[in-house]
Order: sequence, then C-alpha cells, then structure tokens
Amino acid sequence: MLGYVIRRVLLAVFVLWGVATVVFVIVRMVPADPALLIAGDTATPEQLAALRHLMGLDQPLIVQYGQYLGQALTGNFGVSYTQGVPAMQLIGQVLPNTALLAVLACALALVVSFPLGLLAALRVNRFGDRAVTTGSLVAQALPGFWIGVVLLLIFSRTLKWLPSIGLSEPSNLVLPVITLALPFIAILTRMTRSGLLEVVGEGYVNTARAKGLPERTVIFPHAVRNALIPIVTVVGLEFGTLLGGAVVTETVFSFPGIGKLLVSSIQTRDYSVAQACVVVIAACFVVINLVVDLLYAYLDPRVRLAK
Amino acid sequence: MTAAPPTIALQTMQRARRARGGVAARIVVPLVVIGIFVVAAIVVPIVYHYDPLHAELLVRLKPPGTAMPDGSTAFLGTDQIGSDLFAEMMDGARISLLVGAATIVVAGVIGVLLGMLAGYFGGWLDMVLMRIADIQLAFPSILLAILIASVLGQGVLNVVIVLSIANWVVFARVARSQVLTLKNREYVEAARTLGAGHAHLIFRTLLPGCIAPILVIATVEFGQVILAEAALSFLGVGMPLGTPSLGSTISNGTQYLATAWWISTLPGIALLILVLATGVLGDALRDRFDPKLRSA
Amino acid sequence: MTMTRAAATAPASDSAALLSVRDLKVEFSTSAGVVRALDGVSFDVHEGETLAILGESGSGKSVTAQAIMALLPKPTGSIVSGEILYGGRDLAWEPVRRVRELCATEIAMIFQDPLSSLNPVFRIGYQVAEPFRRRLGMSKKEAWAKALELLKRVGIPDAEHRIRDYPHQFSGGQRQRIMIAMAIALDPRLLIADEPTTALDVTVQKQIMGLLADLQAETGMAMVLISHDLGVVAEVAERVAIMYAGRIVETGATRDVYDFPAHPYTRGLLDSIPSEASMGERLTPIDGSPPNLLALPSGCPFHPRCPFAIEVCRAAVPPLRTPDGWEPGHLAACHRSEEVLPHG
Repeated sequence: MLGYVIRRVLLAVFVLWGVATVVFVIVRMVPADPALLIAGDTATPEQLAALRHLMGLDQPLIVQYGQYLGQALTGNFGVSYTQGVPAMQLIGQVLPNTALLAVLACALALVVSFPLGLLAALRVNRFGDRAVTTGSLVAQALPGFWIGVVLLLIFSRTLKWLPSIGLSEPSNLVLPVITLALPFIAILTRMTRSGLLEVVGEGYVNTARAKGLPERTVIFPHAVRNALIPIVTVVGLEFGTLLGGAVVTETVFSFPGIGKLLVSSIQTRDYSVAQACVVVIAACFVVINLVVDLLYAYLDPRVRLAK
Repeated sequence: MTAAPPTIALQTMQRARRARGGVAARIVVPLVVIGIFVVAAIVVPIVYHYDPLHAELLVRLKPPGTAMPDGSTAFLGTDQIGSDLFAEMMDGARISLLVGAATIVVAGVIGVLLGMLAGYFGGWLDMVLMRIADIQLAFPSILLAILIASVLGQGVLNVVIVLSIANWVVFARVARSQVLTLKNREYVEAARTLGAGHAHLIFRTLLPGCIAPILVIATVEFGQVILAEAALSFLGVGMPLGTPSLGSTISNGTQYLATAWWISTLPGIALLILVLATGVLGDALRDRFDPKLRSA
Repeated sequence: MTMTRAAATAPASDSAALLSVRDLKVEFSTSAGVVRALDGVSFDVHEGETLAILGESGSGKSVTAQAIMALLPKPTGSIVSGEILYGGRDLAWEPVRRVRELCATEIAMIFQDPLSSLNPVFRIGYQVAEPFRRRLGMSKKEAWAKALELLKRVGIPDAEHRIRDYPHQFSGGQRQRIMIAMAIALDPRLLIADEPTTALDVTVQKQIMGLLADLQAETGMAMVLISHDLGVVAEVAERVAIMYAGRIVETGATRDVYDFPAHPYTRGLLDSIPSEASMGERLTPIDGSPPNLLALPSGCPFHPRCPFAIEVCRAAVPPLRTPDGWEPGHLAACHRSEEVLPHG
C-alpha cells in the first residue's frame, strides 16, 4: 500500500508540474502584449519598456519559466491587470463559493444516483430500468448552459420562486446546484447500474444465495461493496467534468465563483488571473483524483495488500 | 404432475425478441434523426435565404407563428435582429455538425494512431503518451478548450483545433487498450510468424479488431463535441459574429428572456434532440458489438 | 397430487430417499431460442450416500444442482415441470424465499471455481462466520470462534492468523477448503458439490476428495458429486448417474456401471479413458460431437453417435429401465441394453 501511495503522490506532483507548464506555454502564446494592455495606448515606448522590465517580460523565456514556477509554488501568480490586486487574492475570494457549489452538487448527485442506479439494476430491462436509463441518456444530452437558462426562465423569471443571479442568500444556490449536478447524476446513475449488474453476475453472489442469505443481504453488502470500487473511480474522473461545468453554470447565473472569474478574466484579457484560475482548478482536480485513488486502494484489499 | 404455466419461458423469449428488435430500432431511428438534421441544416438556410448579418429590425423579437412581411410564417419566431429563428437554428446546426464531424475525424485519426502505436510498441513511447494523457486529463476539457480558444481566437478552424486537442486522448486510450488486449491473441501471433511487418500488423491485423469500440466512442464523442462547441460559443470564445452557432444564439437570447423566451429555448431543444440521438446510437452500437453486456 | 406424493414416498429401495427428483424439466430462453436443458431427470439420494452425476459440459449436470437450490438464472431459466421432493415439500414449486431457507441448513452447495465464488473484499473469517451470524443470530465473537474451528477442521494451516486474510491470499486448494468449511457450517444433511476439483491440480484433487469423504464419514451427510471425470469420483461415490443431453441415460451402483455399462454412451466414455494396458495403442473417442441442445435429434439423443443404433432409436425415446434379467438398482435408457451389456 505504501508503494502505491508514494507512486500516486509522485504522479500527482508530476501532473501538477505539467499543468503549470502547459498553462505557462499557452498564455505566452497570446498575441497581445500585456504591458500594452495595462499601460494603454497612450504610453510611451520608454514607459512600456520600463513596465515590461518590471513584469519580467524582457527576460529570456527560460528565466521567466523558472520565475513562474518558483512563484507558483508560493501561490504567487502575479497581479491582476484590471484590478491591481494579486491574482490569488481574487481567487481566494471566489474559490470557497465554487467549492460550496461543487460539494453540494456532488452530494445531490450521490444521494439521487445511488438509489436510481440500484433500482435500475434490480429491475433490469423492465420498466424501472428503462425509465432510469432513458432519463440518464436525456440528462447527458442536455447542454449545461441551456438547462441553466431554462431553469432560470421557469423558476426565476416566470414563477418567481427563486432568485436568479448572484449569491446573496442560500436560495441562490438551488438552481446552480441542480444545473451543475444534472450531468453528474446521469453518469453516476449509469455507472452504479452497470457496476451492480457486473457484480451480480459474479460467482460470489451465487455463493451468497447458496448460503441461504436473504436477497437483501446478497445485495448489501456482498454486491454493493464490490460495485463501489469502480463507482468511486468514476466519481473521481467525472469530478473534473463537474468543475468544467461550473465554469458555464456560474456564467449563466452570474454566480461569484472561480469559473465566472476565469471567463471574465479571459474576456478582459487579464491573463495573470486567467492563468491562476486554470492552475488552481486543475490543481483541485489533481488533488481530488489523488484522494479518490487512495480511497480506491483502501476499498480493494487486492490493491491494499499488494507489495 | 404439475406443470408450469408455459408462458414463463415464452415471456422471456418475447422479451428477448423485443430486445433484439429494440437494438435495431435504436440504431436506425437516431440515424434517421441525424440524417434529417443534416438535410435540414443544408437545405433550410438556403430556402430561407438566411443571412446572419442581415438585420430586419421591423420584425425583431416576434413570437412563433407570426406572419412575416413577405407572406411566409416565422413558425419559430424571430430573433433580436429580425432573422427567422428556424433558419438561424438550422444554420447553427450546420456549423455544429461540421465542427463535430471535423473534430471527430481529426481527433479520431490522431488519437487512434497514437494510441495504437503506444499499445503496440510499448516502452518509452507508451510511457510518454500516457503521461501526456494524464496531464491533459487533469484539465477539465472545457477549461482547456476555453484557454486555447482565448489564445487562438474565434473561428471554425480554431474551434476544430481546440476541440481536437481536447478530445484526442479518449480515442488514444480506447485504441491503446484494445491493442493491448488483442496484441497477444493467436491470430496476431500467427500473422507475425508469417512474416508480417509492423505496419501490416498494426493496420491490417489489429486495426479491424479495434473498429467496434472506436466506433462506439466516436458516436458518443460526436455528441459531446457538438455540446462543447455550443458551450464555447455561448461563452463567447467559439464562433465569431458572422458565423451562426446554436450556442451564441442561446447566449444572445439570455438578454430577452422575459420578452422573447423562444430565442434561448428552442435552439437548445434542437441541440438536445441531436445530442440525444448520438447518445442513443452510441448505446445501441455498444449493445450490438458487445453482446455479453446485453441480456438474453 | 396426493397420489404422486404417496407414490414418491413409497420407495423402491430400502430407506426413504432424502432427496427425490422426479421427471424434472428445465428450459432456458436464449436469444437463439428455447433450450431444454433438463428433459425429464429423475433420481433419488438417500441419507448418507454419495451419488455422482457425471456428464460432459452441456449435459445438464450443473443445471440440475441449480434447479434444486433455486439458483437458476432468472429470468432466463425456469422449471417447466417435475418435482423436487425434500422433507415432504416440493421445492420446484415453492417460492424462492422458502427454498433459500433450506439452503445451507439442510442442503448446501460448493462451486467449481473457488476464486470467483468467494467475495474478494471480505475476510474469509467473515465469510465463514456469516452463516452463523445471519442464519443463527450468533454474536460476532461466537461466530468467528466457530469459523476458526471449521477452518482447522478442513485443514487450513495456521488458521488463527489466516482467518483474517482475504481470498486472494490463498492457493486454489485452500480456497476450496474454505468453501467447504462455509458449506458444512450449519450441518447440512445434503451437500451438492458442483465440479469441486475441476479447477485444481491433480494432487490437490485427491486431497479435496479425501476431505469430502472424511467429512461425510464424520457427519453422515449425503453428497451429490457433479463431475465430468469418472476417475475422480470412483472411490467416493456409491452410485452414479450418467447424463447426456439433459437426460439420465444410465444409473446404478458405481462398480456395476463401471464394470457392466448398459448404455452405449457409458461404454464409450469408459473405453475412451487411456489406461496403462492400452499404452501404445490409439485412443478410442466417441464418434461425432456433443448434441446441439437447440436442435436435439429425434428419439434417443445419442443415436447419431451410437454404434448400436437401429431404426427404433431414431423414432422413440428409450425409457430409463432395468435391462431384462439384470439387478433392479441398475437402469439404462437404451432400447438395446441387453446387447450392450455382454460387451462391457
């Protein structure tokens, strides 16, 4: 288990480095000149040169990269061009909101998917299964931004039950959480269903029945405990999609989260903030995946006890 | 001697027959739906003389069913510059289908090639590829797409590039895992002992065995790419002003939700139907190619 | 119905049968059509005796065991007609829940592949203790103590420590012992062993068969041994039943059947076993290939491959009967048993 943990952690560190590097490269490919953006059209060439020097833009690329990495480790991603404060400060203000959104969406998805997937697996190819599977297919085909707009239209503008934008009160959370959770629910339900179906065909389920155990016990814990293993893996993988979905959802609902910050910083060409957002989101994803991997090892004794 | 009602076995047989017929229906119907979209996307904008840049402000924001000055009916209403919404949607669908197809082809070819090479040769090639895939998969793909799109700018070609970069990994993984499974099968060994070289083994022997799962993935990804393009356009980093897109139409409509709800709502339904068709098709293909996942 | 019950309990043999299967027919619905896996199977198992059911794959031997224990895969498999009489009840027509109550306490089963038959995520102590906890309501401590006893009895070395291990940490033979421990936990009166040694090495096979024989001697339980290997069961089984295409084609005392086969299929099986005496000679397999259960031949299902086949074999299904002038316990389903016997 220790070997597994060490390898996973090293992989995570490597991936984080890769992420930071990729972001660095992409952002450097931007045709616009950041110094020009800040100083404006009226700046003189000397002022621009001075600004570039201040921002370290006149250094060779390798040196810039080194500085960037070093600063990234301390959480320093530079200063926002538009707002004049450190990028991380802006992120610090909005990240908790997105975290709240993601956690709630995750919780909602888990609470809804598991019973639905179980129902579908127990009633395979009969009405219950068909209904759930069809529902999942539809939910997966929904454009996230569109369903958000539609929900906004129905519950906020027309029925006036819920507020539409911002985050001034808890009821602000309802629509964004539902919108964000929908595709996750769809995937998780399908994975739960197929995970359980696969397990139910295994020999030990037959053995459990032959031991005269009631069907309830055959499912919990014998089948479910095994099905959890692939399901947990999927949760980790799909969490990234959840984070990506947050970007769109926050835009639709003007939710003050890191996704909205990312989009607006791109629109205003505020690249240091954009860069910081991307790295932070990706870092969250890497950490979540690491946690999921470790959880997976804990759940499966064949992995846990391997040398 | 007691006998079971003969209908138990009969019921199951009937269910099995229905399931088999069901799979065929789930392949044909979505194909028909997608076909209708393709035809409509090409024909409708031409018939309606749709021009994304032409504004007819007198008839802007008209609800579905309004009669137009030239005698026709805007049966899905008009948008904020007076264009017929139906024609606009179909033109947007044209872009969606185009981007979707192009991305699948580009990402598919590159991904499958790299994946097969990695699976076949193994070693450092495989390791490098897997590490790159790991890093890339650490980005939620929308994020990567937004980032690259903001750098490259808008436009059809750029969006195809962006989405191809975001999606080649899926194809590579599927191809690689399929090659790893088949690599040691007897028929591959047999071909090798008959003197087949690497190229022959990869393209003539292994590739046919990979087609089925790749086809399933391609179908599902087609729908997801269409959704991604719409999302990018919705956020403003996809299609530029002159090029219609279902995403930007929906985005433009958000300002008029109270007065002209149809602008944002109806294009989404079109997207939903199109993507749902690909989803059902992908599922049915998976059932057809992998019978052990199907029930009797 | 009462008449048949009475007929069933008025035995032909000396002691009352523990388990009595009468004319059992089982069908599976597959995407290719309806398969009749069992076509009128009848046999008895008496207290304390061992019956071996032998046959090739597809002969229906495992399906018989599944039908008895209500383990037929639903919804594809179903019992079409027949009786499974145990303790005065007909298990074929009772609700599954009631039949499962008998499982493990009266009738227990062990399976072919112990690796996939043991749950990989639970400790073996948990799995062996489970019948005690769930069926008898014992506390965890008591149940684990009982489990430890059982594991020692089936010969798991260092059981005190290994009881906390997981299935993948044991060898194939040890896993089968664990399965046996689980099965005999609640002192069943009948143990059904479905190909218990097929997945094991030859040396381990003998050990497991020996263990089963010892346990049977200790507890007096009856055993149904399902196998395709005539040699493996020879020393342990008192009676055998040979199955082909979902029917029993011959049954009787083991020595009787092996020495004097009354059915051409049995003869063919015995002839095809390589022996020291036939070293250097060609092997004699049975002609032809196993039947397609979707399209069984008319009349006797074996007739296309049978060297004794005559006109009537294609027309009429031969009943299971004692050949003229032979012992009452030895039955064969062949029109020409009398001619087959002298050649055996």
